[in-house]
Amino acid sequence: MKKTIKMREMLNNQKGIIKRVSATGDMGRRIREMGMVPETPIQIQGRAPLKDPVAVKIRDYVLTLRNNEAGSILVEVEENP
Amino acid sequence: MKQKIIIALSGNPNAGKTTVFNAITGARQHIANYPGVTVEKKYGTIHHQGYEIEVVDLPGTYSLTAYSMEEIVARDFVINEKPRLVVDIVDASNLDRHLYLAVQFKELGVPLILALNMVDVAESRGIKVDPDKLSEQFGVPVVPMVARTGKGITDLLDKVVEQAPKSPEWVNAPMSYGMDIDSGLDRVSSIIEKSRFFDKKYPARWRALKCLEGDSQIIGLLKKDPDLGKSITDICDDITKHSMNTMEEETEAIIADHRYGYIAGITKKVVKRKIELRLNFSDKADKILTNRILGPIIMGFILYGIYSFTFWASELPLLWFEIFFDALKNLVATFVPSGILQSLIVSGVIDGVGGVLGFVPLIMFMFFAIAIMEDSGYMARVAYMLDRVLRWFGLHGNSVMALVVSGGISGGCAVPGVMATRILRDPKERIATLLVVPFMNCGAKLPVYAMLIGAFFTKDKARMLFILTLISWGFALFAAKLLRATVLRGPTTPFVMELPPYRAPTLRGLLIHTWERTWQYIKKAGTVILAFSVIIWAMMTFPGLSEERIQAFDQNREEVAIAFLNQQTSPRWIQDKGELKVLNQLYHGLSGEENIEPKAQRHEALLEMARAAVWLERKNGETASFEMEEKFLEAGGRFLKYRQQMTNIDNLQQQTALKGTIAGWMGTKLEYITRPLGFEYRTNVALVGGFAAKEVVISTLGTAYSLSDVDEDKTASLSEKLKKDPAWNPLQAFTLIIFTMLYVPCMATVVSIRKESSWKWATFSIFFNLLVAYGVSLVIRQGGVFLGLGG
Repeated sequence: MKKTIKMREMLNNQKGIIKRVSATGDMGRRIREMGMVPETPIQIQGRAPLKDPVAVKIRDYVLTLRNNEAGSILVEVEENP
Repeated sequence: MKQKIIIALSGNPNAGKTTVFNAITGARQHIANYPGVTVEKKYGTIHHQGYEIEVVDLPGTYSLTAYSMEEIVARDFVINEKPRLVVDIVDASNLDRHLYLAVQFKELGVPLILALNMVDVAESRGIKVDPDKLSEQFGVPVVPMVARTGKGITDLLDKVVEQAPKSPEWVNAPMSYGMDIDSGLDRVSSIIEKSRFFDKKYPARWRALKCLEGDSQIIGLLKKDPDLGKSITDICDDITKHSMNTMEEETEAIIADHRYGYIAGITKKVVKRKIELRLNFSDKADKILTNRILGPIIMGFILYGIYSFTFWASELPLLWFEIFFDALKNLVATFVPSGILQSLIVSGVIDGVGGVLGFVPLIMFMFFAIAIMEDSGYMARVAYMLDRVLRWFGLHGNSVMALVVSGGISGGCAVPGVMATRILRDPKERIATLLVVPFMNCGAKLPVYAMLIGAFFTKDKARMLFILTLISWGFALFAAKLLRATVLRGPTTPFVMELPPYRAPTLRGLLIHTWERTWQYIKKAGTVILAFSVIIWAMMTFPGLSEERIQAFDQNREEVAIAFLNQQTSPRWIQDKGELKVLNQLYHGLSGEENIEPKAQRHEALLEMARAAVWLERKNGETASFEMEEKFLEAGGRFLKYRQQMTNIDNLQQQTALKGTIAGWMGTKLEYITRPLGFEYRTNVALVGGFAAKEVVISTLGTAYSLSDVDEDKTASLSEKLKKDPAWNPLQAFTLIIFTMLYVPCMATVVSIRKESSWKWATFSIFFNLLVAYGVSLVIRQGGVFLGLGG
């Protein structure tokens, strides 16, 4: 079973596929430019010591973004990781 | 005649662009600023196969939209300067994202070459890119290379020379974004083409695309014509509404989608993967280096390591600089007769400029260490780990290095610290950072602390210094929060940052990096700082004592000398003032300051006397190693007493002179304001002088407190003096320490702040810091007195 959750809710090392990026404006554009577009596979790499920002493996590199920004990204993940 | 062509190097940050640029141009690089912005423009020239190629290193960008200053600069350069070719450097191990920028260049129509960099890294990760196929699919020449080792650089230049004559005209390759958007683009571009603002520099369709992407700069340009702007924004809104209805996506999302879709179509054909995604070295390293517990601990050690390394490595060169400037001063003193001119050159020019240049080794090593952190990729991790903390104070993860460089571990310099704020994108976060870095404990404040701690907090020196470091962080961070809540109010910028893979930096890259920044620091010393230090020198010199006052002091000295001569019992060894002079010289010679042999037989007695005087001054209850006649000892003692009297007169004269200068006058006037802090005119004069450089605080205090020449080993005597002065107590000392920590940044820093922002902010920093310093010191002093600590 698959379900769609926000990226900020993902656990460390969890994998998923981006379904939608709802951020708009400069930030939305930047997130997409960095390769966060629908159907892209990602994996959570880790979180900073204070649990924010989050590091995500995408397209063969590691991108960090704040939970705030990660909240605007919907990801399809396995129901029972 | 050689043909000259201009090419631009472009690419994502961390694509190895700087390495390629260094490999092509070597040391033949120049740096300028793009007009009106602090983004650096680097360029260099190379001759290849009969061509003179000027290479311009564009700032690293992920895209060509107006997200950051760098991106605007990069695209404006390409559009306005029309380089013959753009070389886009793409990372073979991460091709998808790197091609995103290349697609936009193709849309713009600029003649393009792809430099497929880091093929070795890609292969080690099981990723193989076929350059010929990529060239065929993408429709531009592709040169595979490993810039770190220099492999492929010549091929690239060959390709540039081969392509250059072919492609003077731009041919834009429109991409399809689906029917809805394409038709919208057609409508917008036809309107733009008809407009009188259409200058053909930008392809119309590309402009239309930027409008749909919501690019503020391009829309702003079009809005110069209100009708045009209106009709275009109407169409854009229309399309957005439509796409939201039909596909539930923003227009810009659809555009990005299509680009990545197009890229995926290409990479599917040209990239072969041996293995599925697995943890590479960087991923494994990050498991430890950014670990919740280990990460911050290791970071602490690394930052501390940088601090120790910098101070350890620069210790000797700093000494050489000091020796050099001292020698220079002596040289001037020898060839320029003493007087105003000599004082100007020695105290105004050499002390001022030398004070700044003297820090060059320290700064160079600090920059070297920082370059290692940057080039290796660790800096991005520091920003990542600290972002959450700094965000609370209205700063950004990237602010941390500026704070550390400025003295976050105590001992640093705010000048490179201010320069280090360049990596911050948001102007408000950047200005907030550069306004608070002067609060950190830079190396020049340490002597002031050391002296006052030495006098009043002898018991726990180390702990006191540690507390002061914490205090300065506290003030810097809370001041940032205050600024961000008031004059620099604004949203926090997003933290969307790449964590680049760890890489071993190249020595060449490190050296170029270090030198560039050090040179900027040096340039400052030669210009503005020279002017400022002359002004401060003049303030502390003029108007000086009147003729009569000087004569009065000379008269005084004369009387003391005559009294000393007359005091002699028989035999009178010293006949006249000429011989007194000889005695003085002999005394100096013996105490190691000058080396003078007695010229005449008659002077033997004087030599004995001088010897006795030196011995009396230095004795620690020992017996003389040579025979000392009682009569010489007695005479020597008298001579010492005479010298003491003379020194007192000199000091008094110096003090009176200082009080009579402009700075002294200011210091006295400032007492009205500083009285609640307990500072009297001498402290004020020192603080005024400290604006030149914080080191001046200690030397001026020395002068003002009658120690004609306060150097390192005599700092202790200033300590002693203040300890005995009834006006001074631990509370007073602590107030001065805090005031010194917080008040006006030194002029070198103010100049840097101006350079990185504007005169407005530079002036603001002076008044803001003064206000904070005054407020805090007032609370400490008055609170302390209230609690009865002022006793």
